[in-house]
Amino acid sequence: MAETMQFDLVSPERSLMSAQVKSVQIPGADGDMTAMPNHAPLITTLRPGILTVETEKGTEEFVVTGGFAELGESLSVLAERALPKGDVDQATYEAMVDEAQAAYNQTKETFKNEPGPVDDAAKLLADMVAVGGHIGLSPKQPSL
Amino acid sequence: MPSLKDLKTRIESVKSTRKITKAMQMVAAAKLRRAQDAAEMARPYTERFNAVMGALAASVGDSDSAPKLLSGTGKDDVHLLVVMTAERGLCGGFNANIAKLAKQKATELKAKGKTVKILTVGKKGRDAMKRDFGSLFIGHIDLSDVKRIGYADAQGIAKDILGRFDAGEFDVATIFFAKFVNVVSQTPTAQQIIPAAFDAPEDGSAEATTLYDYEPDEEAILADLLPRGVATQIFAALLENGASEQGARMSAMDNATRNAGEMIDKLTIEFNRSRQAVITNELIEIISGAEAL
Repeated sequence: MAETMQFDLVSPERSLMSAQVKSVQIPGADGDMTAMPNHAPLITTLRPGILTVETEKGTEEFVVTGGFAELGESLSVLAERALPKGDVDQATYEAMVDEAQAAYNQTKETFKNEPGPVDDAAKLLADMVAVGGHIGLSPKQPSL
Repeated sequence: MPSLKDLKTRIESVKSTRKITKAMQMVAAAKLRRAQDAAEMARPYTERFNAVMGALAASVGDSDSAPKLLSGTGKDDVHLLVVMTAERGLCGGFNANIAKLAKQKATELKAKGKTVKILTVGKKGRDAMKRDFGSLFIGHIDLSDVKRIGYADAQGIAKDILGRFDAGEFDVATIFFAKFVNVVSQTPTAQQIIPAAFDAPEDGSAEATTLYDYEPDEEAILADLLPRGVATQIFAALLENGASEQGARMSAMDNATRNAGEMIDKLTIEFNRSRQAVITNELIEIISGAEAL
């Protein structure tokens, strides 16, 4: 039997999953990573993406839109918003992209001559758009 | 002495009032269950969040590079009071208690020569504060269209507050809300959210000694998380407030129902007495009429 660890996925509104898992793929801000039992303690922020949880019974996938993960003895993912992949339909997805688009537009307004925050917002938007491709919905084209 | 008819109408009207308060009590009880569940669901997130933030804040400490949201602006001249109350009344002292605490704090700060600004969330708090501190209002957030408080609502409020902070409108922000203790007791609470004050992890031994790797670096994470922290605290406060409001309304309506019952009993006795008096009177008239013959 493979080693397992405690995994919790919580969003501010509810706890989505709490189980013993074999591994979890986390969409970290600096790149995807796979957390397995006995991983070194780590805290990372998340980018919008797919979180894949592998349990003994099979895999489950969630769409997360940012937040952070704390990896110690156990793994806690605190997502700003998290939805089981099956629950995300085209309308929900497009609303999420629109939100990112609005945030991007606003950032572009506020920071006219500072590329830093604008690039961050652009990346967030691009990540959000990419999520659509991953879950098999037709990606909505952003205007950058 | 009110006539029989007057009494009868009064009894009827108190009875229908009792029906309404009874119904409101039952609605509040059902809503309370839901509000409590929501507060319960949000708790793991808030707890984990605060634990991680506590550890992070401790490790970045008071260094000069610490973000302003954590270390403050270095002044405490301008205070922002965020007064969170309900959108509706008829919930006992709930709104009044929060407003009272906020007023007390505002008076205290003014006495110390600080500038006070007030942001209200919820109509009732606005009404209660308007008279004494109306000139200090800088904004109002209306939640009357919101059926169920979601994280997005908290984010909206947080965004408003953070925008004002970035614009240098205030140095210290405090939120006022009622903490839900149980159905009959809700404690009005003031909590400072900017600069962030995180409780150190309680089981300090295990948490504090774990050395985490940070990806990206600590400061970037902190900069990303602090605004979320504000939203999280506001969300938690909104949920507590929601549960408190329903709890307060439930006990207020329970009292009202009971009082209406007592009143009906009293009025019924009075009604019976005066009816009896009328009957006796009539009898006396008949008898004395018969005797006179």
